[in-house]
Amino acid sequence: MDFGINPVALFAGLVVAATPLLFAALGELVVEKAGVLNLGVEGMMIIGAVTGFAVGVATADPGFGFLAAAAAGAVLALLFGLLTQFLLSNQVATGLALTLFGLGLAALIGQPFTGIRSPSMPRVFVEGLSDLPVVGRLLFNYDLVVYLGLAMAGLVWFFLSRTRAGLILRAVGENHDAAHSLGYGVIRVRLMAIAFGGAMAGIGGAYISLARVPQWTEGMTAGAGWIALAIVVFSAWRPGRVVLGAWLFGGVTILQLNLQAGGLAVPALYLSMLPYLVTIVVLVVISADRRRASLNAPACLARPFHATG
Amino acid sequence: MKTLSLLAATTALALGLAGQAAADEPVRVGFVYVGPVGDYGWTFQHDQGRLALEGEFGDAVETTFVESVSEGADAERVIRQMAQAGHDLIFTTSFGFMQATATVAQQFPDVKFEHATGYTRLDNMATYDARFYEGRYVTGLIAGHMTESNIIGYIGAYPIPEVIQGINAAFLAARSVNPDVEFRIVWANAWFNPALEADAAATLIEQGADVLMQHTDSTAPMNIAEDAGIWAVGKASDKSAFGPNAQLTSIINNWDSYYIERVQAVMDGTWEPTETWGGIGDDMIVFAPFHEAIPEEVRAEAEAARDAIAAGELHPFTGPINRQDGSEWLAEGETASDDELRAMNFYVEGIEGTIPN
Repeated sequence: MDFGINPVALFAGLVVAATPLLFAALGELVVEKAGVLNLGVEGMMIIGAVTGFAVGVATADPGFGFLAAAAAGAVLALLFGLLTQFLLSNQVATGLALTLFGLGLAALIGQPFTGIRSPSMPRVFVEGLSDLPVVGRLLFNYDLVVYLGLAMAGLVWFFLSRTRAGLILRAVGENHDAAHSLGYGVIRVRLMAIAFGGAMAGIGGAYISLARVPQWTEGMTAGAGWIALAIVVFSAWRPGRVVLGAWLFGGVTILQLNLQAGGLAVPALYLSMLPYLVTIVVLVVISADRRRASLNAPACLARPFHATG
Repeated sequence: MKTLSLLAATTALALGLAGQAAADEPVRVGFVYVGPVGDYGWTFQHDQGRLALEGEFGDAVETTFVESVSEGADAERVIRQMAQAGHDLIFTTSFGFMQATATVAQQFPDVKFEHATGYTRLDNMATYDARFYEGRYVTGLIAGHMTESNIIGYIGAYPIPEVIQGINAAFLAARSVNPDVEFRIVWANAWFNPALEADAAATLIEQGADVLMQHTDSTAPMNIAEDAGIWAVGKASDKSAFGPNAQLTSIINNWDSYYIERVQAVMDGTWEPTETWGGIGDDMIVFAPFHEAIPEEVRAEAEAARDAIAAGELHPFTGPINRQDGSEWLAEGETASDDELRAMNFYVEGIEGTIPN
């Protein structure tokens, strides 16, 4: 039985559904590589979603929307940075507070923007390529932000593994005392990473409100930030695997809708649960082997740094 | 002594004033909403009803609302607060508020409650609902004519009788004008989840649907239909702003006259805990303007069905109708009773797929 599922359409759908997760998870990956655990991804995403939508509507240009979303996400992230890096507050508690704050603030900002249509996102259309029967649909029929997300995965990989700045960032995450003694500004590096993470989460959120739905509604990120956090662990802090993880998690959502439309009698409750079940299973599998898990986790993750001497 | 009598006089004066004020005081009406008033769907329409009250009664009525109340423990807290704040009449506008409304209603016998779409009634708790399936029959006729791929995509919220009635009514109507039509049904498991509704709409379009029907509240499916260049039928509210080219029509829930009638009853002292289930004939279900691309004969047929339902000459569920498994449900000429409709938990013959439990 094929349940009437078209694999090409399924893939095209999952790539779109995965894009917000991809941005948020890549941002968080860099943040964690620098030794900071920011659990406020959901809050930064929703702020990005509302700011991106508001600016996109006001300027009638989604491009400005995404820029504003990145800026808003970064500003909110820097608030987290201020609290955790200078005032040395607990990162877990501060991150959770950031999520709650972001959700409430976004609802407030978004009040005048409910029930408005956003400017439509142009698709990148390549003459001759987008028309190709299967390949055109698979590869050449998305909006620009989808390609940008994949490019960011490559850039993050290149930055972390092939550049001096990336090496410094990783050194800060692995052993902040050693990095400090070598003269690297631990706090400065971490703040930059936090701001980058916020900007990426903001873009991910704006993709939901400007491209995927496209409209603003309260709480519309609906837990995507938490899934992004799980993807970072799932990927064992490797950018390539973040792409796979985002596709897997996005794909589960699209697959359950396809199975339903195909008439498969799986109770909807279980199907809705699937992404979260997969998250739990993945976390259990990864943490089963403690040595392997800790091998890749940045050694100074979530540990506060206070320069002494 | 002097002070005491002064105090007594002041108290008497204050009491007298209070008594007089009570007579002139506006009727205070509270609304508890499940979604944001800006959902342009279910909650939006209830809020339109609230605004209609203010327009009708002016200063004689004072309305308040609380939006985005979740259907859990929070609902009871919100309803109780409203009752304590001195409201005379409280409308709770989601099925999931039923138990919370009943609990609070028992604690505040002097406050009147009205619960939408439920079945629990008390001495001070009435229920009201609309026959959404009547609207779905008319839109099903149009959808059956307008589909070229013969696949109609349907996004359901929860597999409850209200939604299943709608699917069956729309399907029977669509099949009656187009024997090749098929329904593809996806459950969102939420009344309001724009991201998921959007994904569901996109999935249905991928699977060949060229007309979308929704029994969820957001405008996301209409947005997606507009972008994909296909048709869609709106739900609860006129969604044409989101799909000017896509919206065939929309089934509008019109609570205005019901709310006005009920507040008037409170003012007159004639309020009773009634059970109301209104349809097209009661103007509780009305339609957004039909899209101009709908051919004249289709429009005439839909309008005839609408008028016949309003006049009570046509019942959307008139036999012969078989259940999905082929067993007979309604014999030739037989119509479904309200009790049967309220308990409907099966698809009619011809619909593929299984209702999740």
